[in-house]
Amino acid sequence: MIKRPISRRSLIKTAGAAGVGLAAPHVLIRNAHAFTNEPTGSTVTLGFNVPQTGPYADEGADELRAYELAVEHLNGGGDGGMLGTFSSKALKGNGILGKKVEYVTGDTQTKSDAARASAKSMIEKDGAVMITGGSSSGVAVAVQALCQEAGVIFMAGLTHSNDTTGKDKKANGFRHFFNSYMSGAALAPVLKNAYGTDRKAYHLTADYNWGYTTEEAVRSSTEAMGWETVEAVKTPLAQTDFSSYIAPVLQSDADVLVLNHYGGNMVNSLTNAVQFGLRDRVVNGKNFEIVVPLYSRLMAKGAGANVKGIFGSTNWHWSLEDEGSVAFVQSFGKKYGFPPSQAAHTCYVQALLYADAVERAGSFNPCAVVEALEGFEFDGLGNGPTLYRADDHQCFKDVLVVKGKENPTSEFDLLEIVEVTPVAQVTYPPDHPQFAGGQLGSCNPGT
Amino acid sequence: MLGLNRRDALLFAIVIAITLFAPIILNPFPEGSELAQFNAGYPDLMQRFVIFGIFAIGFNILFGLTGYLSFGHAAFLGVGSYAGVWMMKLLTMNVVPAIIVSVIFAGLFSLLVGYISLRRSGIYFSILTLAFAQMSFALAYSVLTPITNGETGLQLALDDPRILGISQTADGSIPLTNFFGITMRDGFEIAMGGWLFTFNAGYYLCAIVMLIAFYVSIRIFRSPFGVMLKAVKSNQQRMLYTGLNPRPYTLAAFVISGMYAGLAGGLMVAMDPLAGAERMQWTASGEVVLMTILGGMGTLIGPVLGSGVIKYLENIFSKINDNILHQWFSFLPDGLEDFVVAIVYPFIGKGWHLTLGIVFMLVVIFLPGGIVEGGQRIAGLFKRKPPEDKNKTAAASAPSAAE
Repeated sequence: MIKRPISRRSLIKTAGAAGVGLAAPHVLIRNAHAFTNEPTGSTVTLGFNVPQTGPYADEGADELRAYELAVEHLNGGGDGGMLGTFSSKALKGNGILGKKVEYVTGDTQTKSDAARASAKSMIEKDGAVMITGGSSSGVAVAVQALCQEAGVIFMAGLTHSNDTTGKDKKANGFRHFFNSYMSGAALAPVLKNAYGTDRKAYHLTADYNWGYTTEEAVRSSTEAMGWETVEAVKTPLAQTDFSSYIAPVLQSDADVLVLNHYGGNMVNSLTNAVQFGLRDRVVNGKNFEIVVPLYSRLMAKGAGANVKGIFGSTNWHWSLEDEGSVAFVQSFGKKYGFPPSQAAHTCYVQALLYADAVERAGSFNPCAVVEALEGFEFDGLGNGPTLYRADDHQCFKDVLVVKGKENPTSEFDLLEIVEVTPVAQVTYPPDHPQFAGGQLGSCNPGT
Repeated sequence: MLGLNRRDALLFAIVIAITLFAPIILNPFPEGSELAQFNAGYPDLMQRFVIFGIFAIGFNILFGLTGYLSFGHAAFLGVGSYAGVWMMKLLTMNVVPAIIVSVIFAGLFSLLVGYISLRRSGIYFSILTLAFAQMSFALAYSVLTPITNGETGLQLALDDPRILGISQTADGSIPLTNFFGITMRDGFEIAMGGWLFTFNAGYYLCAIVMLIAFYVSIRIFRSPFGVMLKAVKSNQQRMLYTGLNPRPYTLAAFVISGMYAGLAGGLMVAMDPLAGAERMQWTASGEVVLMTILGGMGTLIGPVLGSGVIKYLENIFSKINDNILHQWFSFLPDGLEDFVVAIVYPFIGKGWHLTLGIVFMLVVIFLPGGIVEGGQRIAGLFKRKPPEDKNKTAAASAPSAAE
C-alpha cells in the first residue's frame, strides 16, 4: 500500500510548505473599528442567549418573551412598560441612540460549551454588541468570560451563585439578579421569627457550583443566629428520585430540612420529602420544617400543593404593588396572557438598563457603558431603589422572602410575599469571604 | 506525492483547497440578504468544523478500521481540554505547549481506558467505554472540582501564574491565546461587493493541524498497520488462528484515536480557553459516532463531512427563530403564513435535533455508506461506464476508491 517512505526531498518540500503556511498569518491586519461590532448602520443588534432546550427551557422561554417585550418597548411599540416608571429618562422609545433595536436568539442548552458557541456566533456572525440571558450560573460565568475576551457587554440573566459577581466577576459583565448570600441573609431573620433559634438543620445540596455557594450562605447566616447544622449531603444534579437521600433525614435528629435545589431538582426533592411525611413529623418537640432558599413561580407550579407554607427567597414577584412592577405585569400580561416570572423580570430590566446606559454614555463602546453602569442608582424597575455597585457589578436592592400560599386562587398565584428584606440587611462588603478571590480586571472594548 | 497514491493525493489536494478557501466557500450569500442567515463562514463555526473534523477523523481510525465502537471518546477530548487550559494557566498563553500536553494526556488516559476496555469486544466494549466516559464526566463535574472547577468549567484568571508568560496584560486583562505572538482572534476581513469574508488566524492554525491529522490518517489507512486493523474488523478469530495477536493493534488504534481526540480538545481550548465538564458527557461521545456514520464510516473524508453537517445544523439551524420564519413567509396570505410557520417551526430553532434525527435516519436507511456514498452515487450517474475489460481492475480498486 505504501508507495515509498517519506524521502528527504518530500520532507523538505513538506516542511517548506508548512513554513509558508505558518508564516502567512504574519501579514494579517486588524479591523479598523473602535470597538467590537461598532454599529454603523441604522440598527443595533443585541444577542439573547437563553436555554431553549434542557432543564431550564421553561425559564428560557419566559426570558425570551421578556426580551421581545423589551425590544418592542425600546423601539417605541406597545405601552412602553417600565420605560414610563424608570427613574432615568434617557430612553425615548426611538431605539438606542436613535438606532432601531434588532435581536438574534440562540440556545444555551444550559451547557457552557453550547452557550459560548451560540454567543460567539452572535458576536462574530450577527455583530451583536451586547449578549444577555441564561438561566444557570455555570453558563453565566462562562459567557461572561467570553464577552470579556471578545469585548462586548454581558448582562447576566437568571444567575444566583455568588461566583458570578464574586470570584468569577468580569469588568464587562453585570448582574441584576440577587445571589446566594442575599438569600441567606434575607431568610435568616424570617426563619428565626417563624421557627426559633434552637433548630437543627439538615442540608441537601445540588452537587455543583450554585449548590455549594447557596449552602454556604444559608449555613453561615442560620448558624450565626444559633442554628446547628447536623449534616450536609450533596446530591447529583441528574438525580430525579431523592428517596435515598430523604430516608437518612428521618434517622437524624434534625428538625429542619434545607433543600439547596433548583428547578426540576427542587420539585422532585420536595415532593419526595412530603411523601415521606416529613412535614407531619415532630422532632425534639418541634414541628419539622422545610426551607427552599431560591424559589421561583415555575418551580412552585411544578411542586403543586407541596409548597404550601414553605419559606424561600425570590428576586421579584408579579404580585408586587409598586408602579414599575404593575406596569411590567400589565404589558407582559397584555401581550402573552399570563404574568411574568422572576427570570422574565430580571431579563427585561437588564435589557432596559443596558439601553439606558448606552443612551446616557452616548456610545455603544463597552468601556463607556461600563462607566455609565458602575455606581448607577435607579428606581422604578420593580425592586425599589437599586444600586449597580462599581466594585463587583452586582445590583443591590430589596430581597423578597416568600412562602407557598395556603389557598392559591389561580395557577400563577402560588407564592405570597412574607417580607421585603431591606437592601441594607443584604449588603455585604466587596471583599466578603464568600466573594473573595476574583478581580474585575479592566473593561475590554475588543480591539 | 508525499507517499500517497494518485487518488489519495487528489483527495488530499481537494481537502487542502477546501479548508484554505473555506472562509469564501462557506459565505456564499451576500451580507444583509435574507439568505445570509445560512452563511457559516464566521471564525467560531469554521474552527468548530475543522476541530470536530479532527475528532471524527481520529474516531474513524478506531471505529472505521477496527469496528470497535467506543462510546466514550468525549472523555479524551475533555481530558485534552483540561490539560490544555492548565498549561495556559501555569505555563504560557502560547497554544503550542497546551496542544502538545493535551495530546499527551489524552494519549495516557486512553492507554489506561483502552487497556481495560479492550479485554472485551462488541457491545461489552462499548458499554465499558461508556462507563469510563460517564465516570470521567461525574468526576469532572463534582468530585474533582478543585482541578476542573466543576459545573462552571475551568477558566483562566487574572492571577494565574503563567511562569513563561505574563499573568495579566498592562491594562489588566487576561492575555489572549496566541501562536508565537499571533493571537487566535487576529484576522482580517475582505469586503467584495456585498460579500464579507473573514480570514481568522485561529481558523488557519486549526486548518493546518487538521490537514496534518488528515494526512496522517491517510497514511495509517494505507499502511500495513491499517491493513491489520481492517483484519481485526473483518474477522478477529481468523486473525487469531493465523497466530496474530489483535490486542496490540487495537490498543494502538485506540490510543491513536484518543490522541486525536486530545488534539481536538487542545485546539478547542486554544481557540476558546474554557473547558467544561459537559464536553465529556455521553451525548458528546454519541455525537462523534453520529458524525462518523453520517459522513461514511471507514472512509477518509466521511467523518469530516459528517462533523460539518452536524455542526452546521447545531449552529445555524438552531438560531432561526419564529420571527425570521414569519419574515420568510410574509409573502403568503396571513392564515397560510401562520400555518406554514407552524409546520416548519418544530424543525428549526430549538427543534434542530429533530431535523438532525430525520437526516440521520434517511442517511442510515437509504445511504448506509453515509454522505460519501451519496456523493459516489451522484458521481456514478454522470460517469461513463468503464469498458468491459477494465471492469475487473476497477472493481478491485473500488474499496480503496471509496475511501
